[in-house]
Amino acid sequence: MSLRVEAGVEAADGTAYDGLRLRALTKRFASFTAVRGIDLDVPRGSFFALLGPSGCGKTTTLRMVAGLDAPTSGTIELAGKDITGAKPYRRPVNTVFQNYALFPHLDIFENVAFGLRRRKVDGVDKKVAEMLALVELDAQARKKPAQLSGGQQQRVALARALINEPEVLLLDEPLGALDLKLRRSMQIELKRIQMDVGLTFVHVTHDQEEAMTMADTVAVMNGGLIEQMGSPAELYENPRSTFVANFLGQSNLIEGRVTGRSADEVTVDMHGIGVSVPVGRAHTDGQQGWVGIRPEKVLIGDAGSKLDAPGNTIPGGVVSDVSFVGVSTQYLVRMPWGQELMVFAQNTGRDKIFRHGDPVELSWRPEYAFLLDHSQDVRAGAQEDG
Amino acid sequence: MTSTAGTVPVVDPGDPGAPGEPDALVDVAASGRRRGRTAYLLMAPAVLWLALFFVIPFYSLIAASLYDPSGSDEDGWRMAYAFGNYVDAWQDYWQPFVRSIAYGGIATVICLVLGYVLAYAIAFKTGRWKTLVLVLVIAPFFTSFLVRTLSWQLILADDGWVVDVLRFLQLLDDDGRLLATDVAVVTGLAYNFLPFMVLPLFASLDKIDHRLIEASSDLYSNPVVGFFKVTWPLSLPGVVSGTLLTFIPAAGDYINAQLLGNTNTRVVGSVIEAQFTDANQPYVAGALSMTLMVVIVGMVLVYVRRAGTEELL
Repeated sequence: MSLRVEAGVEAADGTAYDGLRLRALTKRFASFTAVRGIDLDVPRGSFFALLGPSGCGKTTTLRMVAGLDAPTSGTIELAGKDITGAKPYRRPVNTVFQNYALFPHLDIFENVAFGLRRRKVDGVDKKVAEMLALVELDAQARKKPAQLSGGQQQRVALARALINEPEVLLLDEPLGALDLKLRRSMQIELKRIQMDVGLTFVHVTHDQEEAMTMADTVAVMNGGLIEQMGSPAELYENPRSTFVANFLGQSNLIEGRVTGRSADEVTVDMHGIGVSVPVGRAHTDGQQGWVGIRPEKVLIGDAGSKLDAPGNTIPGGVVSDVSFVGVSTQYLVRMPWGQELMVFAQNTGRDKIFRHGDPVELSWRPEYAFLLDHSQDVRAGAQEDG
Repeated sequence: MTSTAGTVPVVDPGDPGAPGEPDALVDVAASGRRRGRTAYLLMAPAVLWLALFFVIPFYSLIAASLYDPSGSDEDGWRMAYAFGNYVDAWQDYWQPFVRSIAYGGIATVICLVLGYVLAYAIAFKTGRWKTLVLVLVIAPFFTSFLVRTLSWQLILADDGWVVDVLRFLQLLDDDGRLLATDVAVVTGLAYNFLPFMVLPLFASLDKIDHRLIEASSDLYSNPVVGFFKVTWPLSLPGVVSGTLLTFIPAAGDYINAQLLGNTNTRVVGSVIEAQFTDANQPYVAGALSMTLMVVIVGMVLVYVRRAGTEELL
C-alpha cells in the first residue's frame, strides 16, 4: 500500500516518524481474526478516530496499542520506538476505558493521582488540583466515584489518563454510556481539551456523527480491516466502498454499466439513463458498478421541468413517501426500475413540497456522484440503529 | 461489617438495590407500613427460633457462670452472683484459654495465605473450570468433620509417609513426631476451616471488575503494585469476613486439639466440655464460656472497626 512506500522513504532518509505507527498489525483469537494486518499512521497531536460497527476490530486495535492485548503479528511504533512487546505499564500511553473503570475504593483525587504516584512524580497535589480544575471537578475531589453522575465519572476517567501527559491518549467509546444531550456537550468539551493540551487522541467509536464532529482524521474499520481513511469531509463526500457510503450517513446506490471512460470522466448507463462520474470519484475498473449519490445532493422537480443542475437528469420517478422533518423534507421516489431513491430537500421555502403519488424527475451534479465496485455488498454498513 | 452496610456498593454501580434509586423514593406511607408488617412476618420464625435456642440458653449460661460453687448436682445449683468464679476459672485455666486464641489466630493466618492464593486462582485463572474447582473446595463438607479430622491422625501418624519424608529430609528428628503436637492441631484447624476462608474471599475477588486491574496496569502499575493498590483493597471485605468466619469457630474448636493433640495442647473448649460433664463444675464452664465469648466479640469489634474504616470501600 502507499503507506508502506512512505515508510520505506522515511527509513531511507533516516528521520523517524514522531506519531503512532501501526504496521501489518494482526490479532487472531482462538476462533476468529479480529484485526487483519492493518497499517496506520496517526500524526502527533491529531485527533484520530477509529470508526466502525461493533466487532470490526477497533477496540482490539486500541487494546494492542495500550498493551492490554498482544498482537499476533505486526508492529506498533510510537515516536520512532518499537513498543510492540512493551508491558502496558511501561508505555507512554493512557486509556480512557469504556465505562471508565474508576477505582471504587479511591476518591476522585486519588483516582486522578494514581498514575503520578506510581511514577513517583513530584508535585502531585498541585498537578491533580490543576487537572481537576480543567475538568471542573475541584469540588468533588474527596468524593468516591459512585457518588458522581455518569458525566462526572467520564471526566474523572479523562483526567486520570490526561494527567500523565501520555504520547497517545486512547479513548474507548468514552461517551457511549452518556445520554444524547450530555454526549454532544462532552464531544465539544473533549475536542476543546484536546486542542488545549495538544496531545494525540485516538478515539474509538461506533457513532459516525461523533467521529465526524471531533476527529481530524477518521479511519473507518470493517471486518478487521481499514476500509478508508481521511478527513470527515473526504470520507463523506467521496466514499470508496459501499460500506463507507452507507455507514457514514446515507447513500443512494444504483446499479449501472460502465459505457465509457475518458481522461476526466466515466460514463455509466443506469437502467437506460446515462450519467457521468468524475474519474477521481470512480473507484472501480469493472464493467459494472454502483452509482452513489447522497440524498441531499439530489434535486427534485415536477416531471418535465428544467432542473437547475447541469448534468444528470433522471426522469420517471413517482413520490412514494414524504416525511416533513422541519429543516428538510425527506422523500422516497420510486424509479421506473423499481428502486426507491432517497431525496432530502432543504426547506428553503422556495420549492414546493411534493405529495405522495406526484410524478417527479430527479437530478444531480456529476461532481457529487461516485462510482463503487460492483462486487461489494450494496447493503454493507447500512445502519440499523440510524 | 455493619459499619460499611450504609455505603453504596461501589464495585457494582448498576446495583438495582442502591439507595437513592428513584423507585425506592416513590414509596408512600401505606405501602411502607405494609412492607414493615411483611418484614416482621418474615423475621418471626428466625426470631422465635433464636429466642428459644439462643437467648434462653444464653441466659442460663450466664446464670450458670454465677452459681454458688458450693452446690452440686445432688443438692442443686443456686444462682449467687458469684463473680469470683471468673477469677478462679481464669487463674486455673488461662493457659488453655490463651492456647485457643493462639491456635485460632495461627490457623487463621495460614488459612488466609493459602485461601487467598486459592481464591485468587479460582476467581482469575480457572476460566471455565471455576464452578468445578469451587465444588471441590466445598466437597470435604460432604464428609463428617469428625471423620476428616480422624483421617489426619493417619496422615500425621508416626509411621505415616509425611513423618517419613520429613525425617528423611532431616526436617524432623529421627524420634520426632507430628501427631500429638501443636503443629498437628494447627494443621487440622487450618485444614478444617480453609473453605470458610476461601468462599468469602472468592466472592470478593470474583466481583472485581477485571478492567480495574487493566486500568491500574495502564496507569504504570506493575502486577505486584497493581495487586496491592487495587486487588487487595477491593478484596478486603472478603478478607474481613473470611478471617472472622475462620477465627471465631477455630478459636472455639476443641475436636482438633483432642484428636490431633496431647494433654499439653488442651484448649479452652476441652476444659469447658470437661467442666460441664465429668468434672461437674458448671460454674467454671460457664465462666470460661462467657469469657471466651466476650474476648472474641471484643477482638472482632476492634478488628472490624480497624478494617472497616475508609479502606474498606
